[in-house]
Amino acid sequence: MGRATIKKKSTFIDMTAMSDVTVLLLTFFMLTSTFVKKEPVQVNTPGSVSEIKIPEKDILSILVDPKGKIFMSMDKQDDLEQTLLAMGEEYSVKFTPQEIKTFKTASTFGVPMKSMKKYLGLETAKQDEVLQTAGIPCDSIDNQFKAWVRHARSVNPDFRIAIKADATTPYLVIKQVMNSLQDLKENRYNLITSLKTVSDEKK
Amino acid sequence: MSAEVQESGNKKGKSSKQKKMNVRVDFTPMVDMNMLLITFFMLCTSLSKPQTMEISMPTNDKNLTEEQQSKVKASEAITLLLGRDNRVFYYLGIPDEKYENLVETSYKPDGLRAMLLKKNVDAVRKVEQLKIDKQNLKITKEEFEKQVGEIKGAKGTPTVIIKATDDATYNNLIDALDEMQICNIGKYVITGIEDGDKVMIGNLMKRNGETPPAEAAENK
Repeated sequence: MGRATIKKKSTFIDMTAMSDVTVLLLTFFMLTSTFVKKEPVQVNTPGSVSEIKIPEKDILSILVDPKGKIFMSMDKQDDLEQTLLAMGEEYSVKFTPQEIKTFKTASTFGVPMKSMKKYLGLETAKQDEVLQTAGIPCDSIDNQFKAWVRHARSVNPDFRIAIKADATTPYLVIKQVMNSLQDLKENRYNLITSLKTVSDEKK
Repeated sequence: MSAEVQESGNKKGKSSKQKKMNVRVDFTPMVDMNMLLITFFMLCTSLSKPQTMEISMPTNDKNLTEEQQSKVKASEAITLLLGRDNRVFYYLGIPDEKYENLVETSYKPDGLRAMLLKKNVDAVRKVEQLKIDKQNLKITKEEFEKQVGEIKGAKGTPTVIIKATDDATYNNLIDALDEMQICNIGKYVITGIEDGDKVMIGNLMKRNGETPPAEAAENK
């Protein structure tokens, strides 16, 4: 009986193939995905069978949370600046260049004009906290939402309005938003939904 | 192995004094880094773009001329009333004298959709035929869209008027709009609810022995 000899084997694993795969995956993710925007409130959009994709740019999105708080965001920073300045003029608030810069870098805005200056002076972490409890007023007495949309439209005539609202939002709130848009003769807009197929429902 | 470059070929003793070198690159850190990047991208980005629904609302401009206003034939009109607790009602044409021709239905496929499909049966059949033609590449996509548009706008197809009460949710509205798309209804409009409609819901609920929403609100 000869003793079984164990051959000395190198434990070196070749990672080249693995590296190839990861690079491929990385490229795929980089090309196909878009960055998630930070939103102050969590919103579950209702499902629909509509298959139209939202256009990539020139979007003015209106975020409505279940309690009826309204937030807005725009995708171009220059438009944001000009809209803010126009709003400032209307509500006679003067902004410093520093405040404008803070406003431009934030992805979503939604505080009443009278606390806007104070809000922009806060630290970023504090801003998020305040933003969650704020929201743009949109009632018959003080309809700042309408003013925002009007100024945004005058700054950039090409943008499309997209409403993203939670499925449980009462219609009362949606009606206010829609009526405000109707007053501004903004009669065509998009409602953001998530995908649902007809066969899904039958289950 | 591909990452290994081995100096070989001099086995037969052609005396080259160069040392045999084993140029091996370790790819492990590279893989680590890539994995990290992939994780980052997977967490911070979203693959699917959100779907959207395009709607056009009517203007509330009061000085429209007679021609610009579109009147709906009573025989073609279906009014949907979206109520609280995911309830949905409809009536055909105009309310009768007693405000009692309201019918309750549901958002399920056998409720609202079955009713609308029955009302719009011609258009649905035509669109289905066109879809088959498109699949068999008989018609182009542009033609398909043009023809579908014509069918949806044709005379005789029902016009749906969607009226949501304040107690309805946004989800109800989207569901109702969805049905329009599924049932190929081209003419629909979202308008505010009127007192007559509220009376109708109240009447229906009284007939069913429930407390109408107006009285329920007062009792609170």
